[in-house]
Amino acid sequence: MIRSVVMLLPLLLAGIAHAEPSSDARVSGYHGLGDELRALQDDDFANPGMLWVDRGLRAWETPAGAEGRSCRDCHGNPESLRGLAARLPRWNAEMERLEDLDGLLRSCISERQRAAPPEFESDALLALATLVAHQSRGLPLAVDVDGPARAAFEAGRASFQRRRGQLDLSCADCHDRYAGARLRGETISAGMINGFPLYRLTWETLGSRQRMIRWCNQAVRAEPFEPDSADALALELYLAWRARGLALESPAIRR
Amino acid sequence: MALSARVRLPERATRGEVVEIRSLVSHPMETGFRVDSFGRRVPRRILVRFSVRYAGRLIAEMDLRPGIAANPYVAFRFVADRSGELELRWQGDDGEELIERGQLEVSDP
Ligand code: HEC
Ligand code: HEC
Repeated sequence: MIRSVVMLLPLLLAGIAHAEPSSDARVSGYHGLGDELRALQDDDFANPGMLWVDRGLRAWETPAGAEGRSCRDCHGNPESLRGLAARLPRWNAEMERLEDLDGLLRSCISERQRAAPPEFESDALLALATLVAHQSRGLPLAVDVDGPARAAFEAGRASFQRRRGQLDLSCADCHDRYAGARLRGETISAGMINGFPLYRLTWETLGSRQRMIRWCNQAVRAEPFEPDSADALALELYLAWRARGLALESPAIRR
Repeated sequence: MALSARVRLPERATRGEVVEIRSLVSHPMETGFRVDSFGRRVPRRILVRFSVRYAGRLIAEMDLRPGIAANPYVAFRFVADRSGELELRWQGDDGEELIERGQLEVSDP
């Protein structure tokens, strides 16, 4: 599926080149879904992303690591992490780097639970990340971009504007200038990040913010970022700021 | 990924009432036609059958095919006419099986 979309893009973009650029509107991808998919997202039973919330909850209760402790043993209910996902990525002063939800989960698992941390984009990590993000559903995204995070934020902003890949397109080309334009009968969204981790019908599975960034980089045939790299996290921080104020929807549904 | 399901089964009903079963099962429904990023064919792995028994009787049965998207959702209604066990069963082409059960109590109106 990704492959076919990627191969079609040069053709498709010729078709949208005359569309009107849209203004800087912060609109959740939810509004481009259509009634049926919106209803699916809103149905906490039928929303397939909830399968990962369930699995995350099971993992939350499961003892692991050197002392056989579960997340619950130390954190209590998952609700205790409400608010966290809406403020990520954030600056870690000790490590002098940004960290996002996946990174925080992996470091808590390896350092405090003292178990082997699940791989990025593995089902085990997605399940925990979706469980934690889901606790913040409805809260507005509000990342801190001042102070020590500022330099990374500016790097992320520049990255969003930078043209890349064989198609020589920037993130802004599609998600600012052509947001709202039609691409093969689909409307290009404003590229808002408030739904993640989310279930994409194109993927037939759930994916993280970083998977989406990778997918878009591939779409313009650019080199993907190294997972958990400074470049990847800086762009994620900018995207979170760009979607500031939008309610977190995880697990959202997208096409 | 291990099979797991979310099911919503009716627990209580009055005789003659129409009740609903909802189910969502986690399954990749691999068609066997896809290739992975190394160009290797991803082996076929699909669910082939979904069936429901109510108080020992088969009340619904469905064949699933490769064209069905991952994580199939199935909901349907039936008339509650007696108390008994509800049993939902998914069977995969690789022999895997998942069963979810619940008890339905039916009382007279
Ligand atoms: C041995 C106790 C222990 C275990 C087990 C443990 N944690 Fe933690 N975790 C902590 C402590 C202590 C912190 C840092 C203090 C805090 O923020 O709560 C932390 C921090 C976190 C954070 C960052 C919270 C924040 O607000 O910055 C997340 C997310 C997290 N843990 C998730 C998990 C998950 C998911 C599991 C199970 C897979 C888990 N933890 C298991 C003790 C533990
Ligand atoms: C060729 C056009 C194109 C470019 C360039 C592009 N994207 Fe996308 N992007 C898409 C399409 C198509 C989708 C999926 C449908 C949609 O949401 O518009 C998408 C979706 C997204 C989403 C998810 C939106 C949601 O509602 O969940 C995010 C976030 C995103 N892109 C970020 C980026 C970033 C960051 C870059 C730069 C690295 C980028 N995109 C570059 C076309 C593009």
